[in-house]
Amino acid sequence: MSQSPENKKGQVETTGHVWDGDLREYNNPLPRWWLWGFYGTIIFAIVYWILYPAWPYADTYTKGVATVSFQTPVLDKEGKPVKAADGTVEMQTKTEHWNSRALFYQEMQTSPSALAQQEWLAKVKDMSFEQIAANPDTLNFANAMGHALFGDHCAACHGTGGQGVLSMNPEASYPNLTDNAWIHGGDYAKIVQDMTNGIQGNMPAFGALFKGEKLTDLAQYVLSLSHQPGVNEEAANRGKASFATCAGCHGANGMGNQMIGAPNLTDKIWDFVDVPGAPTIEGKLKLVEGVIDHGLQHQMPKFADRLTPEQIRLLAVYVRQLGGT
Amino acid sequence: MSSVDLTEQEPELYQARDPIHPKSIKGRFRRFKTSVLVLAYAIFFLLPWVRWERVVGPNQAVMFDIPTRRYYLFDLVIHPQDMFLLAGFLILAAWLLFFVTGMVGRAFCGYFCFQTLWTDVFMKVEQWIQGDRNKRMKLEKQRWNAEKIIKKGATVLVWTLIAFWTGFTFTAYWADAPHLFVSFFTGTAASAAYMTTGILSITTLVAAGFAREQVCIYMCPYARFQAVMFDKETLLVSYDAQRGEGAQGRKPLQKGLMTLEERHASGTGDCIDCTLCVQVCPTGIDIRDGLQLACISCGLCIDACDEIMTKRGWPTGLIRYASEQELETGKKPSLLKFRTIGYGLATLLASALLIYGVLTIKPLDFSIQQIRQPLFVVMSDGSVQNNYELKINNKEQYALELELTVQGLSNAHIAIGGNFTTLDIPPDETRNYLIHIRAPRESGVSRQLITFKLTDKTGHLPVTESTTSFNFK
Repeated sequence: MSQSPENKKGQVETTGHVWDGDLREYNNPLPRWWLWGFYGTIIFAIVYWILYPAWPYADTYTKGVATVSFQTPVLDKEGKPVKAADGTVEMQTKTEHWNSRALFYQEMQTSPSALAQQEWLAKVKDMSFEQIAANPDTLNFANAMGHALFGDHCAACHGTGGQGVLSMNPEASYPNLTDNAWIHGGDYAKIVQDMTNGIQGNMPAFGALFKGEKLTDLAQYVLSLSHQPGVNEEAANRGKASFATCAGCHGANGMGNQMIGAPNLTDKIWDFVDVPGAPTIEGKLKLVEGVIDHGLQHQMPKFADRLTPEQIRLLAVYVRQLGGT
Repeated sequence: MSSVDLTEQEPELYQARDPIHPKSIKGRFRRFKTSVLVLAYAIFFLLPWVRWERVVGPNQAVMFDIPTRRYYLFDLVIHPQDMFLLAGFLILAAWLLFFVTGMVGRAFCGYFCFQTLWTDVFMKVEQWIQGDRNKRMKLEKQRWNAEKIIKKGATVLVWTLIAFWTGFTFTAYWADAPHLFVSFFTGTAASAAYMTTGILSITTLVAAGFAREQVCIYMCPYARFQAVMFDKETLLVSYDAQRGEGAQGRKPLQKGLMTLEERHASGTGDCIDCTLCVQVCPTGIDIRDGLQLACISCGLCIDACDEIMTKRGWPTGLIRYASEQELETGKKPSLLKFRTIGYGLATLLASALLIYGVLTIKPLDFSIQQIRQPLFVVMSDGSVQNNYELKINNKEQYALELELTVQGLSNAHIAIGGNFTTLDIPPDETRNYLIHIRAPRESGVSRQLITFKLTDKTGHLPVTESTTSFNFK
């Protein structure tokens, strides 16, 4: 309860300060609970200084006695994680003075969501791809985990949804993973292999071999394979002979070869040049001619160093589902 | 500049609370208060221990499960999606409070508020250990000798036990009670359980043991805005000043003023100034001063005054439930006034909406979102594929076998990620699916609306529909 500003003599005690002639400052005592609160904050501060990092001195600071423990990989002399024979990283417990980065590590390892994730990882560890995909819950876990990994490692080229980039410039194109064409093969084992080791996609330049009329005729034939409107049948027939050079990789019928990553030329999917996007047949011809002339050089880096085998496995399940099966 | 001399005398830093020791009293309001107390305590303390069989979820009749985000109320399971029901319940509680307050004053404060209930019990403990009002006041003034230490200590000990059990019971609403009981006393319960029990125990002990009426006077916001709901016809615990004071004021019983006739002849009021009404008041006020903030409307002063009036053989009701208007003009309050009807209608409306809300809780939440990256994909045969994210939340206690069909798209081919044909949703679970819809390209059409239908093969649920779009380009 606050006290009346008037003391027992009926007069108000003031600090003696006067402003504007008549404004005075009361000198009322503090409520006792307030004083207790004030002493409490002092005790709190002292306890805080003892427990947590607080006072800077010289070029360091007092560390406090509170600690945080978390698991961290054992490092060798070169600073690389030591791996056991089966590829698992050896871990050790590290204890640091209280700091938010250590707390973050700890939370990533022991929080309820981290534990739930570990539980799911253990569950899918010994399941085959088919088994994972056959159970809605494990499939959902793989998709969720895969989506996050995809965003971190794949989306920069293949887009956040795996849609890739299809451009007029083959240098700026990246394959679409959501359609049903698999340039390098779409079974789980092949996807894992490609992610682990990376891909060297290479089509030689045939500019020296095919020039002028010959080049156009070959391009006409290539476009005729997928029944593009406006193709000159006569020119295409002429170009058919030159296609024998291409058949080594793309097959005599142009159906492609997944073993060496030669795309199917007879389907409606274009992976490296946006042929459907060119409004005229001349434009389409020019795009195909460009590819034949200069060839294609596409690389996907290997992810064996960045992702664990288990992560690659889950990522493969996710990528496999993108376009449906 | 004069400095303040602090050595002159130690200034008072705070004003201490004068403990109130109400006298115990019997009567109809005391009986009503006791019945409400017994009922409320029975419900509060026993409910967490009532078992309830469930297919999925805890076998506890009432449990607020924070980790799984479910509120279990007997056969009703409230999911996060239905949390608006809580808002509806709170709105209903507010309107009901206004309705009751507009009609009979602070009935909530006097009979139902947990502060009142727990203070009542704590006072009973005090009375049981230390004796009634006079003995307690004597003990209060006494020096701290062995008797005072034992009696006060025993009181605080019993209070602490009650407060602890109150805190523990509250915690038991948020976890499986028997399991919590075991883990709590073996030191293995979650830290949140110890914190909740600890905080509730301390606040119960402080609020019901030491702060008491100060909670009502200084802390409670409801006490402050109650007057807004009052009008001249609101029933209040009132002292009939006209009858009690007469023309000459109240006077104690004395020679010549022993009977009503004698008193009326001399112009003296019916109040014999026995102050029993003040002695029984749990907030320590004098109801004869009129309506005041500190009055929690518990009616104990009515019991006290009626007892005296009955003893004297005089008519009771010198202190009674009466409206301001009744005291001034004698006109009884009418129930059909603007506030009663307004608050009443609002209460009815809120109840109806809440009941409607509970009865129409959707058994199934089903959302289908078109994936926009990419919006459409051309497949090798030239057909177009759109992908959708399907989320099904089965809120029922039985498993669902659902079949997904699509309408509004000719020659549509539907594929569920994982090649499922039936969507099996276990009881009270959520599942996500990736849906691929493929259709031949249609010339001139860039986008059209399609409808997904979920049919329950078990026949429990009606067909649910959701419309979204399909993009050809």
